[in-house]
Amino acid sequence: MAEATVNTSAAPAAATGARAHEPSFVYLVKDALATGAIALALAFPLVGFRTVDRGSTTIIETRFGQMFLGVAVIALGRFAFSLIDAGYARAILAGSGVLSVAWLLLVAVDPGGAAIFPLGWMSWMLVVSVALRAAYVSWGDRSEARGDAVSPGDRVAATVQRLAVFFGPVLLLFAIAMPLLPMADQRWVDLGILVLTYVMLGWGLNVVVGLAGLLDLGYVAFYAVGAYSYAIIAKTFGLNFWEALPMAGGLAAMFGVLLGFPVLRLRGDYLAIVTLGFGEIVRVVLLNWNELSNGPKGIGEIPRPSFFGMPFTPAPPQGVTSFHQWFSAHLWEIGFSPIQRAVYLYYIILLLALLTNIFTLRIRKLPIGRAWEALREDEIACRALGINPTNTKLTAFAIGAMFGGFAGSFFATRQGFISPESFNFIESAIILAIVVLGGMGSQIGVVIASIVLIGGPEWFRDLESYRMLAFGGLMVLIMIWRPQGLLAFREPTILLKPKAGPP
Amino acid sequence: MAYFLQQMINGLTVGSMFGLIAIGYTMVYGIIGMVNFAHGDIFMVGGFIAIIAFMVLGLLGITWVPLALLCILILGMAFTALHGWVVERVAYRPLRGSNRLAPLISAIGMSIFLQNYVQLLQGARNKALPPIISGGIEVMDMGGFAVKLGYMQIVIVGLTIVLMIGFTLLISRTSLGRQQRACEQDMKMAWLLGVDVDRTIALTFVMGAGLAAVAGLVWLMYYGVIDFFVGYLAGIKAFTAAVLGGIGSLPGAMLGGILIGLIDTLWAGYFSNEYHDVATFAVLVLVLIFRPTGLLGKPEIEKV
Repeated sequence: MAEATVNTSAAPAAATGARAHEPSFVYLVKDALATGAIALALAFPLVGFRTVDRGSTTIIETRFGQMFLGVAVIALGRFAFSLIDAGYARAILAGSGVLSVAWLLLVAVDPGGAAIFPLGWMSWMLVVSVALRAAYVSWGDRSEARGDAVSPGDRVAATVQRLAVFFGPVLLLFAIAMPLLPMADQRWVDLGILVLTYVMLGWGLNVVVGLAGLLDLGYVAFYAVGAYSYAIIAKTFGLNFWEALPMAGGLAAMFGVLLGFPVLRLRGDYLAIVTLGFGEIVRVVLLNWNELSNGPKGIGEIPRPSFFGMPFTPAPPQGVTSFHQWFSAHLWEIGFSPIQRAVYLYYIILLLALLTNIFTLRIRKLPIGRAWEALREDEIACRALGINPTNTKLTAFAIGAMFGGFAGSFFATRQGFISPESFNFIESAIILAIVVLGGMGSQIGVVIASIVLIGGPEWFRDLESYRMLAFGGLMVLIMIWRPQGLLAFREPTILLKPKAGPP
Repeated sequence: MAYFLQQMINGLTVGSMFGLIAIGYTMVYGIIGMVNFAHGDIFMVGGFIAIIAFMVLGLLGITWVPLALLCILILGMAFTALHGWVVERVAYRPLRGSNRLAPLISAIGMSIFLQNYVQLLQGARNKALPPIISGGIEVMDMGGFAVKLGYMQIVIVGLTIVLMIGFTLLISRTSLGRQQRACEQDMKMAWLLGVDVDRTIALTFVMGAGLAAVAGLVWLMYYGVIDFFVGYLAGIKAFTAAVLGGIGSLPGAMLGGILIGLIDTLWAGYFSNEYHDVATFAVLVLVLIFRPTGLLGKPEIEKV
């Protein structure tokens, strides 16, 4: 880590750019060794020793073997990365590509065979990340040689955004058809519901973070308000889902105004911390206000949604037709199956998510939407042009909160049980990560990020404990690689020297 | 009265720890204007390094308390400071000069990463340490309520005072401190005048992490337990302390830490134990709304 790149706040961040010309091999080896030494010092206390609970006492064990392997992996990785930067990208790409494919084949042939690689998945991840980096750099070199104005990452983002015009409807058709496909079983539909819930939350938060540029770390508070409002309204007044939904959304929006009014004068990161504080306050209040929220025990037996008054139950009470009876009587004969309710819930959340999306797309064209985006770009200029920043931000906050409340109501009716545990900070962080990683302001980015971040980990159930670790690491890496988000790309409207733009 | 005095003593002790963590927040904010969200987790890492160091020293047979404490203090500060340096180098330095939100998101990612890293390596359960320094002085006895001042509390407050004096001298007298203040005022100008800006910022993180390590050590010894999640709440409270004292101001961070410690303890002692975290957050919100510059902070002028 001996690079002496000087970055002041004025100089552009040299994230990938500065490539050492004429690197000496000795220097690279020394650099890798230095990295290894730092990694060793980092790993020595926390990886080298392990505290173990034995009965009532705690004892300590060592695991230096794993520690040295991990350090070696890091040093090797550093060496490979600096070789890539030194211009050997193609060679490294070929080597690491062959290695990672060989690993996959080995695991496919004999799952136990992977054990010959030290640290199994860790070394595989190293090889794969080296291969990805090599591919990215060699691609970047090629486009640089061609004299392209934009980096490969921007090109991909621009391409995806152009394709989104066709890709979006295809994705939508798939989303509509998914529960009816033959492979759709309970697990698929449940996963779809989960992903769509986060898509909706992401789109809702996108109004606040992506369009208005207000960093909200307490979005889960509105989700919680929506869920509890729905549960309490539905249980106390006996209203059904569609009657209680607007009320819950309205309450959440009111809450947004209430919280937003005092704090929206604050700048970026202060606002972030205060919203985080509000998120925690809501959670602690729900945890302790037993009369309202039943405390840590949560609220159970929340009414499930019904299809125009027809419940999804095998044996409805006297005088009530259940969905499958009605369906059998009017269309064709079906028996009762729990998947019917899941499919119905799936369509509800799809509808709600699409509503959020259409609303956002339309409001961006209205003066208020344009004011949000202008405010995000330059608040002082906006004020000079006569936009009232507080009111404008407040509308964004309230609308974002309303969608959060809708999603919360859906969550409550789907689960049938809610407790404060579901609404902690990590939930806010996940929703924010979906918005930011997808590229702030990008609607299709939210969908892709939700599928990757929520759907992806479902396939890696075995790695459950590594999930959040990878999640945090991914947030850092993506921010370093593309601080604007994965799919955020805006073509410059004016160039000083017009070059061959993106294709 | 006696109860109040006891709560004051406890609050002062807790406040010293918050103050030590808050210095890390306030210095980093002062110099690069970002909220180092992972700082609370650096504090947690410091606590874990301390408990591991305690056990290793116990195995090595170093059990004379002052010597062991000194060793742990030095080792813990060194290893935790290294964590702080690496976090800055990996997660924040590449983002210098990009938009304001990017480092904050990166810091949140780092915080999640560190929590899960420690959880995976050391397990999710509470780690308990038998009391090292126990006992105390009975200050007075009023109407059957004895006000106690534990030796541990004396050690904590004494250590904090010593560190604060040393730290103030470091900032006001040494060339490093001068460089730091120069960067705080105008980073570009300092760079033009030959100050190694990257190194100064890195050292700021190192110093903040070192003080957080001390806080982690005394937290562990005071409460006797630590877990991987302790950094989240302690970090937010320390950040509140930094904001309350005026972010960017070192005496302010200490003052804010003590005030937050007192509010926290008195609220728990007099009103309700459940809502004492809410009290802290409410203070944060109120300070930011009514006096965003904090108690000792300078007003920030936004130039166009």
